Amino acid sequence: MIISVASGKGGTGKTTVSVSLALSLKDKAKLIDCDVEEPNAHIFIKPIITEEYPVCAIVPEIDSGKCKLCGKCGEICEYNAIAVMPDKPGVKGQTIVFSELCHGCGACMYFCPKLAIKEKERKIGLVQKGYRAGLGFIQGKLNIGEAMSPPVIREVKKRMSAETTVIIDAPPGTTCPVIAAINGSDYCVLVTEPTPFGLNDLVLATELLEKMKIPYGVVINRSGMGDGKTMAYCQKNGIPVLMEIPFRKEIAMSYSRGRSIVEDFPEYEKSFIQMVDNIRVYVEK
Amino acid sequence: MKICITAQGDSLDALVDPRFGRCKYFAISDTESLMAEFIENKDKDGMGGVGVGAGQLMADKGVEAVLTGNIGPNAHRTLQAGNIKVITGVSGKVIDAMNRFAKGELKSADGPNVDTHFGEKGEVPK
Repeated sequence: MIISVASGKGGTGKTTVSVSLALSLKDKAKLIDCDVEEPNAHIFIKPIITEEYPVCAIVPEIDSGKCKLCGKCGEICEYNAIAVMPDKPGVKGQTIVFSELCHGCGACMYFCPKLAIKEKERKIGLVQKGYRAGLGFIQGKLNIGEAMSPPVIREVKKRMSAETTVIIDAPPGTTCPVIAAINGSDYCVLVTEPTPFGLNDLVLATELLEKMKIPYGVVINRSGMGDGKTMAYCQKNGIPVLMEIPFRKEIAMSYSRGRSIVEDFPEYEKSFIQMVDNIRVYVEK
Repeated sequence: MKICITAQGDSLDALVDPRFGRCKYFAISDTESLMAEFIENKDKDGMGGVGVGAGQLMADKGVEAVLTGNIGPNAHRTLQAGNIKVITGVSGKVIDAMNRFAKGELKSADGPNVDTHFGEKGEVPK
């Protein structure tokens, strides 16, 4: 079973919840950090990294001997990553590639009538695999300055197996990286905070999950701050509220020391295990 | 000689647009005729790579020199590959820029003078 932990708004507690879920399940779980632009679950898990794999993106390489400057590749490119400058009297034309604009779709290679475009690999990040006691751990890291995280997220997910309970820590928001992270999940836990910002972005996230047809429930973190509108929204729309984590200074303090809720407040462990059990019953029915 | 002036409107009295890839109009003109064809820039609110696209348009139109306010690195690389002259720091009316260029008062830029995504805010930068 794959449970992804997502949120519309950033900083609501995705990592807090996903780490707590994984540590509560102990050796019956794997934790996968798909927030590859800023993976931080490792701060709490403190894993031993045993394997590392590079992640490469495909960019086009032009064979100027074969290229006849027809311009098809530039026309087809949705991201303006190729420009084709024609021959001029006394100056030879050329086809130029802007690697950092390329999304690696391969359309230029497919449509080139002269087969003048080859795939070239460019390293954009890496996948790290490790463990803590019996808990399996995988994370992706996107290189600084790179814009496209979905290829790294997909590589991370290729390395996981779903035979145990897999907890995916997703990036924030509702765009491509989130979709890449939660795609294929059996259930999604949306973490929010009871503030107008939290609610606004929670609504966006629920719209995404409805489209992706992934069942979901909500965890309200920092419960007690803000207002009651988030709870009212969930009740009105029949969205299960899986858990409320109170707004407590002690929880924030242990977080800032790199410790999980379930390590410093073991009384929460039962609630997290119960949450997974409830999700399992729902998913398997 | 075919030139292009980035313009904030579609008339010769319009102001030069300080942005290249995100300008409102491209005024394509011939130094001999002092007339211009105004092409609306459909990519001005694009996500990225608009400078490359604008550079490609210049090459497709056979433009030999671009007169604008600022140019980013990707646009500059594209125009350089196409052997198209770039003149930055141009302001005032489109018609005046055309006249000054015809008199040889404007000089080519050596390189880009702004970073990528300059002029993305949707307003004309000051």
